[in-house]
Order: sequence, then structure tokens, then C-alpha cells
Amino acid sequence: MDMNERKIGDVILALDNISLSFGAMKVLDDISFDVRQGEIRSIIGPNGAGKSSMLNVINGFYHPQEGSITFRGEKRKEMDVHKAAASGIARTFQNIALFKGMSTLDNIMTGRNLKMKCNIFQQGWYWGKAQKEEIEHRQKVEEIIDFLEIQNIRKTPVGRLPYGFQKRVELGRALAAEPDILLLDEPMAGMNVEEKEDMSRFILDINDEFGTTIILIEHDMGVVMDLSDRVVVLDYGLQLADGPPDEVRSNQTVIDAYLGVSH
Amino acid sequence: MRIERDIIYIILAFIVLMVVVPWTAGQLSDQIFFNWPFFFEVAIGGLLSGVMYSLIALGFVLIFKASGVFNFSQGAIVLFAALTLVGLHGLGLPMWLAIVATMGVMFLLAVSIERLVLSKLVNQEPIILFMATIGIAYFLDGFGQTLWGSEVKVLSLGISEAPGFYFDGQILINDFDLFAAGIAAVMVVGLSIFFQYTRIGRALRAVADDHQAALSVGIPLKHIWIIVWTVAGLVGLVAGMMWGSKMGVQFALSLIALKALPVLILGGFTSVPGAIIGGLIIGAGEKLAEVFLAPMIGGGIEEWFAYMLALLFLVFRPQGLFGEKIIERV
Repeated sequence: MDMNERKIGDVILALDNISLSFGAMKVLDDISFDVRQGEIRSIIGPNGAGKSSMLNVINGFYHPQEGSITFRGEKRKEMDVHKAAASGIARTFQNIALFKGMSTLDNIMTGRNLKMKCNIFQQGWYWGKAQKEEIEHRQKVEEIIDFLEIQNIRKTPVGRLPYGFQKRVELGRALAAEPDILLLDEPMAGMNVEEKEDMSRFILDINDEFGTTIILIEHDMGVVMDLSDRVVVLDYGLQLADGPPDEVRSNQTVIDAYLGVSH
Repeated sequence: MRIERDIIYIILAFIVLMVVVPWTAGQLSDQIFFNWPFFFEVAIGGLLSGVMYSLIALGFVLIFKASGVFNFSQGAIVLFAALTLVGLHGLGLPMWLAIVATMGVMFLLAVSIERLVLSKLVNQEPIILFMATIGIAYFLDGFGQTLWGSEVKVLSLGISEAPGFYFDGQILINDFDLFAAGIAAVMVVGLSIFFQYTRIGRALRAVADDHQAALSVGIPLKHIWIIVWTVAGLVGLVAGMMWGSKMGVQFALSLIALKALPVLILGGFTSVPGAIIGGLIIGAGEKLAEVFLAPMIGGGIEEWFAYMLALLFLVFRPQGLFGEKIIERV
């Protein structure tokens, strides 16, 4: 099966001329790129390039001063965190942001939050409708747990898990929302080769089996070039290049700024 | 829940101090009267008054668990709820209607607190939020008394204070205390299930752990704050009804909150069952100490016993019996 013949569709998310500053510091300067349905889109660049800020703009944590975001044909100035989550954008964080005191199962269950409909009174009573709903969603969560091969840490409080597993649980929580777009902020940072291979496989499977569009930030160039359909390169808030991996790899500006230059 | 070794030591130490020492003292000294029925009567009386402490402690635990904020205003909430209830009842509402109306007032209070205070302080340090709750406490103390007057009011729930029944012909238990214990039991079971197994309960715990991550999965912070302060308000109302009918509705109600602090330190700030067990230990401990140990060392133990116990816990087991181990990230 040729990966590039997959089901890549129309543009689902377009970012046009996005600029974001904190006070006098310009974090993103006139960035424009789009994301197509079903593709794996990577954002690369050195530390401080504005990659995470870009994700924060997409899921609504940051509100850019200039530019527009077009999501599913609807153009807006900024995203709203809650609306982003409700309309199918899920994410993981660079520094794992799990609910540390809660079990793996409960963490992933929080990802189902927006899918659950019982009101506070039904939940206050618990028995009956709320309980039935819990069980339904619990099944979905079990599927995710199987998919990510973390059955044996189901009940463990995630604060006690090794780093690599925490990353997986965080991915599980994002998946539980059954997102259309999944934002992954350095999912492989700090992992060994074997763990990276596992994570790469999960990312490909998610994209392939569920048709999820993935926006990926990653430092490991081998991984990025292998997984991505298209890559956008940022450096100190500026956009250096945008295109398929091969094209980006051979772009002289990118090589100078990032890839090839030894420090 | 895994029972750890130091919990077993704590239980053993408690039994030695509270059972073996009084018994031995009773055998050796004429000043101390000791027989088993009397011992159990004191112990049960203590446990039941401990339940009353637990009711207050519960309110603290709820807000701490769901937001990581130590809510200094819980005592003031108890007073405010009790004042409102008695005030509305005084206006001529039947008791049940006054209770329902007070629940509505507690909800409105939660909404106002979120709107006017908490929403302005998102992502601030816990100490800032703590200071804000001190402000809320003073405001509520004053506001409640301005609204309803500051004289001592009588609150009667229609439950007799008379000795309810005698157990084994010798041990006396009063109806009201049993009633309070029943209420507390229901609340604990209910709240534990709510926190552990429902979406909102999970969302509350999630918010306490990580604001950003909670937002990213679509948990609305605003609603969560309102829910948790409403629930704390309702728990405060129950505590206010119990304590209010015991000692009258008056300013001193808001000071009872101080008695809840040692309970929290014992039980752990994050544990609902901990609040109950902490309350029971302190309730039973201080009564037994007062009756059996005080004659040996000269009285007044009840006043400081709880704080002394809390101090020991802070030294040897700062997270309390059931609290989560506190690991500060740097």
C-alpha cells in the first residue's frame, strides 16, 4: 500500500498571516499554512521557533493579534479553547499535562468528557442513566487502552508511571475524544529508540485506521521525514519553508538555519 | 486503598493511649472510674461528636480536592447558610421550603463568588486564591449578620435531644447524635461515588490537577467552580443546621471551622473518607482523653488535644491518613 495514495482530502484548517506577540516579543510573524484532511503535517524548527505557540493558537490557548484561522470553511480571528475541543481538536502537551493523581483509566475517561451527555442531576443520582453512560464510554476507553497496549497500567495513578507510558496515556486521553485533528507536541521527546518506534507506529495507525488528521511537532528529523506528508519550518517566529519532506530537506535556507549547520 | 505500615502503627498507638492506659489507670488509681460500659459510652459519645467535626471538614475537602485551594471561608459559609435558613424560616416559610430556598441562595452565592472573585484569578498562585477566600470569609460573616441580625437564634429541627435509647441497659446514646451520624454517612457515600464514578466528579479532580489540560479536553472551568462551591455550600448548610440546632445560630458557628483543621490534617486534605475518619478519631480521642487521662495530668485536655494530635501528624505523616503524598514539582 502506498502511503501517499491514502485518503488525503480537502483543506480542513487554514492559517493565514498569523502574528502573535507577548508584549514586545514577536513569537509568530506572519505565518501561513494549511492542513488537509487526513494528512500528517509536521511543524519543525529549533527551540524557541514558535512551534508550540502555533499549536496553542490552533487550539485556542493563544489568541493571535493578526491573521485568520479557517476551520472547516468557517473563517475566524481566533479559536476558543472550549469550541476547539467541542469541534474535534484534541492535543497533547510538550511537558506532559496529565491528571497525576488519577488512574490511567480515569485520565482517558476525561477525554470522553464532551461526549457524555448526562446532566448534573442524573449524575448526582448516579444509578440509572448516568451509570449506563459510564459503562458505554468505558468500553470505548478500553478499546483505546488495547490499541495503545497499556492494559496492565489501567488502574495505576499516572504520576507513578515511567515517562514513556505517561506520553502514551496522554495520547490516549486525546484519542478518547475521537478527534478530527490531533495536535501532538513532541510526542517522542526523551524517548529511547524502541519507544520512538512504538510511538511512530501508533501515530501512523491512528492516521491510517481512524483517518485522523495529525499536526506534529517533533525534533527527531528521521521520524519527521518518515511520517510527514508535508512539513512547515519555523525559525524565531518566521516561516522558512513549507512543502513535502524531500523538498524541505533540500531547501538551502532550512539547511543553513536548522538541519545541516553544526554548532 | 493500600493500608501502609505506619497507619497500622498509628492505630496501635491510638489503642494503647486510649484503651490500655485508661484501663490500667482505672486498676491502679482510685481517682479514675473505669468500667467497660462507661468507657464505651464515652467513646460512642465522642465518635458521634466527631461526626459533627467531619461535617465541617467535608466542605474544606471538597473545595481543596477540586481546586487545590484551601478555602478559609468554609466556616463563614456554614454561618451564612444557617443564618439564611433561620432568617427565611422566621419570615414565615415552613422549614422544608426554607431549606430549599437556602439551597437556592447557596447556589447564587457560588455563582457570585465565581463571577466576582474566582474568574478574575484564573491561573494565579494558590496563595492568592487562599487570600481571596479570607476576604470572602469576612465579607460573608458581615453580610449574613447585616442581613439577618447578629443575635443568637434558635434553630429547631424537631429532633429530640433526649436520651434516645439505652444500649445494654447502661450505655446512653442520644437521638440527635445518631441522626447527625446518619446524615454524615449518607453524604460521604454520596460524595465519594460522585467524585469517583461520574463525569463531573472526574472533571473536578482533573481541574485540581491541571487547568490547561482540563481546558484542552473541553472541561469548562467556570461551571466546575460553580458546581464545587455550590456543593461546598450545601455541605455547609447541613453542617450549619446540625451545629446551629445544637448551639444556636450565632457568630461562634464560623469559628467551629478551626476545629475542622486538625481533622483535615489527620484525614488528609484530599480525602472525603479521611475527613470522616479524622473527625471520628479526634471526637473519640478528645472525649476519652478528657474523661480518663485528664484526672492524671490535671484537666482541660479537650481544648488542645486535637491540635496536639494534628501537630504529631504534621511531624510524622504530613499527608494525613488518606491524603495524596505531596510531591512539590520544581
